Formats: sequence, C-alpha cells, structure tokens
Amino acid sequence: MIPHAPIGEPGSSLANKTGSWRIYMPVWNAELCNGCGTCETFCPEGVVHKRADSDTFIADYDYCKGCGICAHECPKDAIEMILEEK
Amino acid sequence: MTGKLKSGRQVVEGSYAVAHAVAMCRPDVISAYPITPQTHVVEDLSQFVADGAIDAKYINVESEFSALSALVGASAAGARTYSATTSQGLALMHEVLFNVAGMRLPVVMTIVNRSMSAPINIWNDHQDSMSERDTGWIQLYAEDAQEIVDMTVQAYLIAEDPEVSLPVMVCMDGFILSHVFEPVDLLDQKAVDEFLPPFKPVSVLDPDNPKSFGMFVDPEYYMDFRYLVEQAMDQSRSKIRDAARRFESAFGRYYGDLIDTYHIDDAEIILVAMGSLVGTLRDVVDDLRSKGVPVGLLKIRAFRPFPADEIAEAIAGAKVVCVLDKNISLGTGEGAVCTEIKASLYNSDVSVPVIGFVIGLGGRDIPVSTVQRIVSKAKDVIKHGIKVESEFVDLKHSLVSIGT
Repeated sequence: MIPHAPIGEPGSSLANKTGSWRIYMPVWNAELCNGCGTCETFCPEGVVHKRADSDTFIADYDYCKGCGICAHECPKDAIEMILEEK
Repeated sequence: MTGKLKSGRQVVEGSYAVAHAVAMCRPDVISAYPITPQTHVVEDLSQFVADGAIDAKYINVESEFSALSALVGASAAGARTYSATTSQGLALMHEVLFNVAGMRLPVVMTIVNRSMSAPINIWNDHQDSMSERDTGWIQLYAEDAQEIVDMTVQAYLIAEDPEVSLPVMVCMDGFILSHVFEPVDLLDQKAVDEFLPPFKPVSVLDPDNPKSFGMFVDPEYYMDFRYLVEQAMDQSRSKIRDAARRFESAFGRYYGDLIDTYHIDDAEIILVAMGSLVGTLRDVVDDLRSKGVPVGLLKIRAFRPFPADEIAEAIAGAKVVCVLDKNISLGTGEGAVCTEIKASLYNSDVSVPVIGFVIGLGGRDIPVSTVQRIVSKAKDVIKHGIKVESEFVDLKHSLVSIGT
C-alpha cells in the first residue's frame, strides 16, 4: 500500500538515483586541478566532493545528472564532460 | 459595514450569507484575492477577522495563484482553510488546483461563478468552474443563498473526512446569488460546532517531525496516486449523501444529495440544470404542470463526482431530456453537462434522447419564455425525433449568422 498522498520521510530522495539521467559525465584532470573548490560550490545537486586520496574533486555518480555546471565554472578547465555510451 | 456577526433569520446579501457560514466553520487560515463578483465575500470575512469577530489568520496576497499556494502550506500544517474566487482568478489558480487535490488537502473554496474572457465580462455563467472539472476537486452547485450557506458547512465535513481528504469547490452564481438580498437562516455557532468536528489531518507538516509533502513520483508510482484520487472521489459519493442527511437531522433542511428532482415521476420531458437557474425552472415546471404538460426537473448538486447512476435512474422513464448548460466546451458544440450525461448513458440500459442547450453565457438573462420554447422543442423531439442535438439559445440573428 502507498500512503494516500505523496508524502515522504526525511532522506527518502536518496532512493531516487538521478545519476541515470546523465548523458555527459564530468571527469577531473588531477594535473590541471588546483583544488580551488569552485566545482563543489557551484554544483546544484551538492554531489561534488573533495577526494579523500588527493586535493582534486569527484562527483557522486549515483546522483550527478551531468549538467556540466562544474566544467563551465572551473577556472582551470580541469573538468572534461565525456559522453557516456552504454 | 460592521464585523459583528448577525444571527437568526435575516435578510442578507448572498455574499454575507457565505461569509457568515464560513465564519461558523471556524477557519484557521483564509487567503484570497478580491475579484468581481467574489469581492463582497472576502471583504466581509476580512472585516470579521479585523474586528476580532472570528479567530482566523487572513493572509493578504498579490494574486490568486499565491492565495491558493498559501493555503497549500496552511492546510498541510493542519489548518482549516478557506478561499474564494471566480473566473480569471480561478484560471490563475489552475496549476495549484491540481496540487491541492493531488496532495489531498481539504481546502474549501467558494466559486462565485462568472464567465471567462475574452470578451471580458463580469456576469454569470459556469465556464470558470466547469473548465476546472478534471483537477480533482469535488464540485457542488447551489441554487439559492440558503443552500450556499448549508452547502458550505457540509463541504468541510465531506472534504475533511479521512476517506475523502479532497478539496471542495462550492459554486454559486455571480451576482444572481452573490449580490441578491434574501431571507437566510444564519447558522448558530453551537449547532455548527456539534455538526462539524475540528479538522484532524491525516498527515501534518511539522518542523519537529519533518516530512516532504507533494513528493516527486516516478513513472513506477505516479498512476497509482492518480487512481487514489479517483477512488477518493468515488468514496465521496456516500459522504455527500451522509452529510446531506446529517445536516437535515441537525438543521431541518435537505436539498437532495448528488442530485435533486422535482416532479419527475411521470415526467415525459425532464429539464436538467445546475445553480440558480433551477429556481426559474421550478416556476416553469409548476406553470406547465398546471396546464397538464408532463415536465419535470433534475438539479445536479454535485458535478464532481459525476452522479451518473442517479441521473440514469431519474431519467429512465422520460421521453426526452433537455440539458441547459451555462458553459460551452468549444469544439464539441455543446456544454459539458450534456456531453457527460450522454456519455454516462451510452453503455447503460437507459435509452432516452438527450438534447443540449447552451444558455445564459456571460449573464444573458434566461426568461421563462425561453425555457418554454425549450420545452416546445422537447415536444417536437418526442413527436419527430432529434433534429438538432445541441444549440446556442437566444443568439442574436442580427449579429451572427446561424447554421450553414
């Protein structure tokens, strides 16, 4: 049974993996990236994070929709949008 | 104007009667944007609030879209909510109407029925609310000021029933009912309190127990939520009947449930209408009955949910049904009530000719003589069959060329 109205519990949108909407995938070039964090600031989904193992960044591809704002905003052109083909 | 509430039997304006009935229902939040001919309803209510005559929050907004949007939040937070609008204002609410119904919020809203632009016109027909018939709102239509009062209280009982949990439009004809002064039995607060319990929402928007209302739903679940609204509409049929009977027990007045009938038992000709036009038709039926014409009247009180079974049963013995529509579904050549009655009969055992009359648009008067001409046409259909399935009544031949 579903509830009478579309009402969700906190955090339930995590079940909706919007990464499947993506056509272009952002990929960080660690050599060009200066670690400024502009990509993290501008990501409208809040899915860009600093990598644990280096000073560069990565997206959570379960939820990244591939909008490309991070690549557009990057002052070092360190993010390439790569067509994902399956 | 004073905000002190009147009581007992009074000669009041229809708009005051509505505002008084709303006040007796103890709304927590009212939000509306003034628009002719709804203005007096919300002026009276804002005066009541300003004078402290009722304990409600009145939210002033910049548009009808905002008025209904404010009530989405208020209703989700557990408030009993009210708005009123008409015509272009209702059209501006269109998007929010779907949200209120889909989120299952029991908002009650008076629609003071008025035509749609263009050409701009402030007078009565039913085009505004009829154009919102697929939004998931229950739609009730009142015949006179007393019925709009009684229907408003019943509307909250129906809307807030947990098995319904849907918004209700209570429709009254602009000017004809909103601006006319009639004797009205104003409702007593104690009696309304006994009839209408406080609103107990199924789910509440609460910062201490956060939930998301109106969630995104993907293709896997969307249709099921739409089905639930349809199911709730269907469940509202018995609640509308119960509310009418419970109201009768409490206040002594009964108007029928989803439909009302007048002299239909042996009627060969049945006139169908909604709203204040029904009052005119009662006089025509009385007059023609006194001359031996077997004519009867079917009044639709609930257009949503559509009373298909009740209508089929009521007209089963008739020889012709005349539907008087104060709206036009452009491109079909007829009003929506006519279309829906014909559609609901198509697979039934009832086979009665149905003819449609688009009538009274933009406040054009509907005199008794016009209704008598419609009855004459009905007699022709009994004798010779249907020649014209639907027509615009009383067009000006000097302005438009008619037919081909």
